[in-house]
Amino acid sequence: MKRLVNLTVNGTARELAVEPRRTLLALLREDLGLTGTKQGCAEGDCGACAVLLDGEPVNACLVLALEAAGCEVLTIEGVAADGTLDPLQQAFIDAGAVQCGFCTPGMVLVARALLARHAAPTPREVRHAIAGNLCRCTGYQKIEDAILLAARRRAAGGTP
Amino acid sequence: MSGGFDVLGGRGPRVDAVEKVTGRAQYTDDLTRPGLLHGALLQSPYAHARLVRLDTSRAERLPGVAAVLTARNTPRVPYGVSPARYDEQLFAGDRVRFIGDEIAAVAAVDLDTAAEALSLIRVEYEPLEPVLDALTAREPDRPQIHEAYARNVCAQVEQHFGDVDAARAGAYLVRQDRLSSKMQNAAFLEPQAALAEVDGRGRLTIWSSTQVPHYLQRTVAMVLGLAERDVHVVMPRVGGGFGAKASASAMELATCLLAQRTGRPTKTVFSREQVFLHGRSRHQFWHTMTTGVDREGRLLFLDHEALLDGGAAASFGIATIYYAGSLLGAPYRLRSMRYRGVRVVTNKPPCGAQRGHGGVHARALFETQLDRIAEELGLDPIELRLRNVMAAGETTCNDLAMSSLGMRECLEAVRDRSGWQPRAPRPAAPRAVAAEPDGLRPAGSSAGGNGNPLGVPISAVVRGRGVACGFFVSGAGYPIYRSRTPHASVVVRLDETGGGVEVQSAVAEIGQGCETVLATIAAEVLGVPVAAVRVRSGDTDLGLDLGAYSSRTTLMAGHAVKAAAEHVRDQVLAVVATALGVPPATLALRGALVLAAGAPVVSEAIRTEYVKEHRGWNLGLAGPHLTFAEAARLAFLERGPVVGTGLYRPPALGGSFKGAAVGTSPAYGCSAQIAEVRVDLDTGQVTLERVVAAHDCGRAINLTQVEGQMHGCVSMGVGEALFEEVVFGADGRIQNPSLADYRIPTALDVPPIEAIVVESDEPNGPFGAKEVGEGGIMPTIPAVLNAIYDATGVRVEELPASPERILAALRRDGGA
Repeated sequence: MKRLVNLTVNGTARELAVEPRRTLLALLREDLGLTGTKQGCAEGDCGACAVLLDGEPVNACLVLALEAAGCEVLTIEGVAADGTLDPLQQAFIDAGAVQCGFCTPGMVLVARALLARHAAPTPREVRHAIAGNLCRCTGYQKIEDAILLAARRRAAGGTP
Repeated sequence: MSGGFDVLGGRGPRVDAVEKVTGRAQYTDDLTRPGLLHGALLQSPYAHARLVRLDTSRAERLPGVAAVLTARNTPRVPYGVSPARYDEQLFAGDRVRFIGDEIAAVAAVDLDTAAEALSLIRVEYEPLEPVLDALTAREPDRPQIHEAYARNVCAQVEQHFGDVDAARAGAYLVRQDRLSSKMQNAAFLEPQAALAEVDGRGRLTIWSSTQVPHYLQRTVAMVLGLAERDVHVVMPRVGGGFGAKASASAMELATCLLAQRTGRPTKTVFSREQVFLHGRSRHQFWHTMTTGVDREGRLLFLDHEALLDGGAAASFGIATIYYAGSLLGAPYRLRSMRYRGVRVVTNKPPCGAQRGHGGVHARALFETQLDRIAEELGLDPIELRLRNVMAAGETTCNDLAMSSLGMRECLEAVRDRSGWQPRAPRPAAPRAVAAEPDGLRPAGSSAGGNGNPLGVPISAVVRGRGVACGFFVSGAGYPIYRSRTPHASVVVRLDETGGGVEVQSAVAEIGQGCETVLATIAAEVLGVPVAAVRVRSGDTDLGLDLGAYSSRTTLMAGHAVKAAAEHVRDQVLAVVATALGVPPATLALRGALVLAAGAPVVSEAIRTEYVKEHRGWNLGLAGPHLTFAEAARLAFLERGPVVGTGLYRPPALGGSFKGAAVGTSPAYGCSAQIAEVRVDLDTGQVTLERVVAAHDCGRAINLTQVEGQMHGCVSMGVGEALFEEVVFGADGRIQNPSLADYRIPTALDVPPIEAIVVESDEPNGPFGAKEVGEGGIMPTIPAVLNAIYDATGVRVEELPASPERILAALRRDGGA
């Protein structure tokens, strides 16, 4: 039996009928076509499906769609919503933090949540923040560099 | 080393970076088609069993099920990787050979229906005794897994270069050491996926997460009985491969057949567990090496024996077993070498290629053995290596030609950067154990927790550092099937409207950045910004490329794109030369302009025509100088489409002995690393503190990407050194088929990595470039093992060096 769920995704209010066992990940990818959120394991181990739920990072594969009722969901598609790249996205590009790209959406969102809490994180804090997001390509070094670069740029330029 | 290049050797962004940071990049599972069906596989729950009865009738009757495939209604065409060892068939016939062996496939309107259909398939098994222990798999009483492999021996290698026995007789010091490992998983982030569709003409397109579109095309055509021209392989974005996606899979073949049978597009996606059940990653190895040196530490011989557990099929294993031997031929001068290798089959998921194919654990043992030899000789381990490293121009005893080799430079670079202190001969007495607070524990305590203000027990922590080297091919010298085929073909086409450049090729972009490499080379040749170049890749309609394996793309497709771009450049310059009335040789393309005798030129006629064509436009022309866009447009007007082609085929390489092809390459990259570790003597926990890595990649096409490959290599090596292990139960079932239980390094496990790019000018590489994608993993495991020994005084002889194994070694040998 499907149930109605109301939530806000990337700033747009949505009303969808979903099976109670449907995950937020399936809702995003299949019902809304927001395929930037990736499925790497479907059991909460890899972080490729990380999105922000009311500003907090969650693994969308472990959240039921109904649990997100009334929440604000931010996916990677909403990060550069006005067509210009977010400073974090630009920093990922500039620092060479992208390889296969499968972990990148989750990494960017988790980094965004970190920088919202700590404008100037230490390398250690960055590593802790992304510890739940697996990356097999980069060795994390350039991802750390990118997040610190974004923080520095923001401090220097006052970009929001 | 800029070398006077405009874009080569820089740090420009990846050409696919924007789509990847915005979530627009589409991977196979992100694709859909109208009327899409969902495929699913029924896989064996037994490691070894006879199929007694298979009844699919209930599944076929389930509403929403469009097709059910088994061995009974699909082609029985053997396939695999090496044509001499085609030992796989789509769907088990009378026998299943590993847990995960495919028995049936269904296509249904949704995944729930597909799963229900699988549950309705009745299979009766007669369990057979499985062969799970590679060490005893050859014993006469063991069940034989494949008819073709007597005593379960899938491949056997014997090679002898020089005279090992004579060398042994004259050696000053001879050591024998052993190292074994566990099966590993590539654990890329994107599980395998495939979407197949048959168009109105009957042509099959498969979008796949493959890293070898060409071999996938061949295998699909062969198994389905189609002409190669009727199989079109397309790679969407691919989320890593590392080797395990380098062969056609039953899932891909089944998806093609489901689409063919139903007439509807069908998509199948692996679960993470299925990634493990499919396997095709790193083999389990047992290595024994006997090595002799003279009084000065010069290597005289290596006598090497290896056993490989291959799992239930040959897969890439024939290449693997040869690589395990041949990749020890360098980077040290080795006067003689004997190699005896055996690869057995067992009832486990088949093993294949993984980053550093076949050579990683052999390298790990050899480099740890060199440390032991250095210690016995009272030599610093770097000094021992420097006494033996080869130089450019030398050829190994197994006929591998080092056309460039910055091995000495790499060793010296990591030595100098890390602040390495030459190691004095090891004292006999146990070394003082320093009490060191772990990074997360309170500081200011002494050993045993005395004076610890928080009362938290502080462990005895010791530190150490280790060094190791390695080298790797820049592309396999020969294709997997016997052929004189070019290994890469590339077409560069200029937009008819002028200004745009399109590179068309089938190179496999799996995240390593080959599209950016191709774009950079084309941009350098054509004198335009990288952003002016569009790369279409991974599509068998666009060219032939053998794929992303053996670190071949930069060198091989790099040559092809360079030739194609030069072809285009020459056509454009010929047209411009005629228009300007100057010899073509005086013209060049640079900075998006045409240069004559090194200076920008002005042509009223060309400019006027170009501006007239664009009446009403704001062309934004920066000055009067003739632009690349105008020249390209003129070339089209004068002579039609401007298309350049290039191809690359390696020269004949290597010796004539059996297996001589494996290990040959037009060029070799090499690397050295120093790892610094902390070991907790109470828990056996190893923490990497720092890795200093140097790699000779020839000339770097993009420095940021070279570093990124080096970092990735180190990261994977750290995981393999310390905790990656596919664990099997007594029934042959994988105990840890998830990313929670099969642990790959997290951001907290990988230490800061200092990557030093050592550039040599490789005569056989495009612009002097060679590999970086795999060679960089070679030193990591032994550098970590040598560092653990330096810290603790114990050697771990079974990988991974988990806390349990380190504690066991400490108990056994006393340690520190």
